[in-house]
Amino acid sequence: MTITREVDVIPFRNRLKEYAVKVGMSLVNQTKIITAASELARNMLKYAGGGNAVIEVISKGRENGIKLIFIDKGPGIPDVKLAMKDGFSTGKSLGLGLPGTKRLVSEFDIQSEVGKGTTVTVIKWKNG
Amino acid sequence: MKNEAIKVLQKKKKTILETWMKFQLADEGLREDLMSNEDLRVQSEELLNTFVDNLKDESIDDPKNSDFEPVVDILTGISISRAKQGYSPRETGTFVFSLKDALLNVLQTEIKDPQELYMQSLKISKIIDSFGVSTFETFIKGREEVILRQTDEITEISTPVIRVWDGILALPIIGTLDSSRTQVVMESLLQEIVESGSSIAILDISGVPAVDSLVAQHLIKTVSATRLMGAECIISGIRPEIAQTVVHLGIDLSHVTTKASLASALKTAFALLQLQVVKKQKVAAISEN
Ligand SMILES: Nc1ncnc2c1ncn2[C@@H]1O[C@H](COP(=O)(O)OP(=O)(O)OP(=O)(O)O)[C@@H](O)[C@H]1O
Ligand SMILES: [Mg+2]
Repeated sequence: MTITREVDVIPFRNRLKEYAVKVGMSLVNQTKIITAASELARNMLKYAGGGNAVIEVISKGRENGIKLIFIDKGPGIPDVKLAMKDGFSTGKSLGLGLPGTKRLVSEFDIQSEVGKGTTVTVIKWKNG
Repeated sequence: MKNEAIKVLQKKKKTILETWMKFQLADEGLREDLMSNEDLRVQSEELLNTFVDNLKDESIDDPKNSDFEPVVDILTGISISRAKQGYSPRETGTFVFSLKDALLNVLQTEIKDPQELYMQSLKISKIIDSFGVSTFETFIKGREEVILRQTDEITEISTPVIRVWDGILALPIIGTLDSSRTQVVMESLLQEIVESGSSIAILDISGVPAVDSLVAQHLIKTVSATRLMGAECIISGIRPEIAQTVVHLGIDLSHVTTKASLASALKTAFALLQLQVVKKQKVAAISEN
């Protein structure tokens, strides 16, 4: 789904919720992945002027999960390590989005190149 | 030399309009409740004239030709106004596609050579189809505008401030708390604090699906603003899954008074106001005193 405005986040979250329910996630994990998605979608809007979000249902052995990929062609992050620190923000914000998201999901990956864009991939296992 | 079809269509404009009107009036999707037949005729005539007058040798082969811009402009206007008036997509589509029927009808009676008729019909069809597509695009845009406006209205009406007790306000928030919504919530809350002279506000977030760092920040801001007005703000309705998520995110809500339920928030509020709610004693017990 393309996300270019704040209002696009709501249908995206609703779609994600449907998937999370289908996978059989507990309410806590549903809330965690939805919150994570909302952080990443907002970063994409705020710092990259929008981008694309993909939802995938995945499985490993007997475990099911949801994979989310957020791709933007924004300015990129010069120092990813710094951006992952609690409290670091260039947007006069809490600076909890990226590090908080990492704590909410099972797997977290961020690729960013200055001038090219940023891709964040997260996985939340059903029981993870 | 002018294209055969263009000559025919320009010459037979009147006939086309009559045929087109006949088709439209005969269609069971005609919305006389939304537009009078005279208005429909004016609208149809304007569109037809603009189309036929802009039909050139270069543009007849190219539906995207800039010659058609005036036509697309008119269609855009019609389409958006129809979307707002409550026409269905089918009704709007029929308007454009019945023009195609009328045009082809005239071509068929005027062009004798079958090969030529086929060629010209195909061209006209392509152009009208392209008009149809852009009509739908703008129709949907018109609808989106309606939806956006309604969203605004819902935001307004879905943030009621309730005076639960003398000096105590409650504000149940339902749905996603985005920036514009927070603005509305904050404004109506602060306004109501002034008007009612309340000293305690309870923000109930039982109906908020998720609290991310932005929502949390909005809540913290609202609490600070309330404090600046000399009132205390309690946040209630923090569900277990929300509490866990907030902790993992790393949001610090320790400066905010939070309660699990509206009831316990109300209890706290009563305590702050030194009010006590007691069960009424039996009448007999009172009269004994
Ligand atoms: N998609 C992105 N493109 C470019 N820069 C980004 C992107 N996402 C994050 N950043 C950078 O990383 C920093 C940290 O992001 P993070 O989400 O942790 O905090 P924040 O968005 O500033 O605050 P919060 O999310 O708590 O409101 C941001 O301030 C921004 O500079
Ligand atoms: Mg962020």
